[in-house]
Amino acid sequence: MVESIKIILTIFKKDLYSELRTRYALNALLMFVITTLSIILFSIGNESVSPELLSGVLWIIIFFSTMSGLSRTFVSEEERGTVMTLHLIAKPLKIYFGKLLFNLALLLGLNIFTVALYLLFVTSFSVGNYAIFITTIILGTLGLASGSTIIAAIIAKANTKGTLYPVLSFPILLPLLLTVINATKLSVENALFAEALGEFQILFSYLIVLTVISFLLFEFIWKE
Amino acid sequence: MAFKLILGAWLSIILIVGFSFPITTNPTNWYDLPFVPGLEDKARILFFHVPMAWVTTLAFIISLIYGIKYLTKKNLDYDIISSSSAGLGMMFCVLATVTGSLWAKFTWGSFWNWDPRETSIFVLLLIYGAYFALRSAIDGDEKKATLSAVYAIIAGITVPFFIFIMPRIVEGLHPNEAIVSQGKISMNKTMLVIFLSSLAAFTGLFFWILNLKVRAARLESKYYLKGE
Repeated sequence: MVESIKIILTIFKKDLYSELRTRYALNALLMFVITTLSIILFSIGNESVSPELLSGVLWIIIFFSTMSGLSRTFVSEEERGTVMTLHLIAKPLKIYFGKLLFNLALLLGLNIFTVALYLLFVTSFSVGNYAIFITTIILGTLGLASGSTIIAAIIAKANTKGTLYPVLSFPILLPLLLTVINATKLSVENALFAEALGEFQILFSYLIVLTVISFLLFEFIWKE
Repeated sequence: MAFKLILGAWLSIILIVGFSFPITTNPTNWYDLPFVPGLEDKARILFFHVPMAWVTTLAFIISLIYGIKYLTKKNLDYDIISSSSAGLGMMFCVLATVTGSLWAKFTWGSFWNWDPRETSIFVLLLIYGAYFALRSAIDGDEKKATLSAVYAIIAGITVPFFIFIMPRIVEGLHPNEAIVSQGKISMNKTMLVIFLSSLAAFTGLFFWILNLKVRAARLESKYYLKGE
């Protein structure tokens, strides 16, 4: 057990160092968030937009920035031809969890950045109940990382990687997106925490189901 | 051959009967169909649209089962069945969406309302689309079979979530409430018989086309294996 965790952490660290050295995904993601946000701010202009609508827009930014960056972990291994080495070093499941951990860290950082910018610059968006809002962001990030990691592993083996990623991810992430948008709306409307409990149950079970199914199926993808 | 002829005759009878039997408020004759409030003549879609939606689901489940079988046995024949079933499922999914959407225009006033059923069939359509986009982007039969089977399983797992999510977002408009209320079916015997035989006929149609598709795909793969 301790040995497996060590290997998982080693893979996580390897990805982290190689990312910090090139900053390929990081730079692209940050710029993506900034450009999208500025387009939204330009298009809003002086109009007053309802906060309910803006809670959907927040998740549109998060979804598409996820789609633009999170496939890197697996695609770069294929492109650099380092898949075989990874096969030799560790068992598939440890690689999966290492990659999941890395994607999770990346997405969490990205979402904190996005949400901070969004709260600062989109003035008509104000959160009423921060407990709901923060729980939604955390559960949403966990589910998004889990769903997009397994799809990234699939598309790394395909020919047209970039365009295929959002196409394959959208039907799978749709239950998550609908629920987080709903929960964010509740947080804007200053609802009680108990009212959002149903949403959190869905998000939590989605996270568990997707992680378990990825855990069961990753070996088939990785060995192809 | 006999199966094909019987199926053709059966479907023609359902088509004629489904469109021509009169709908009356007080069914007395054996050929009278009952009047469902709010649906009137538009209730006839039941005989065609519901079986199509049922076949769409059936095709997805068969595709899923054979996908899992492929992953455990690694026999490419299972992949042929799985992908053929998915192809047919997509066709029936488009048919069910189009018929349902046309019907919605005349009953609810617009082609698309994001009713829970509409959303779930839309998601199914997206999954079928993504499945074939994935298949066309992979070289090599084994790789294609494995990855598409894995994708179908992951996608299939997330579909049941909509049952819990959609009622929280929009209210249902679907008339299953009008037809089946409090466990009591407001169809009379004639309507039920036509509906059930249509369901059986569409299922038969699906298996007949699936059989043809699978045989054609097997021949095709044999031809390529021999090398031109």
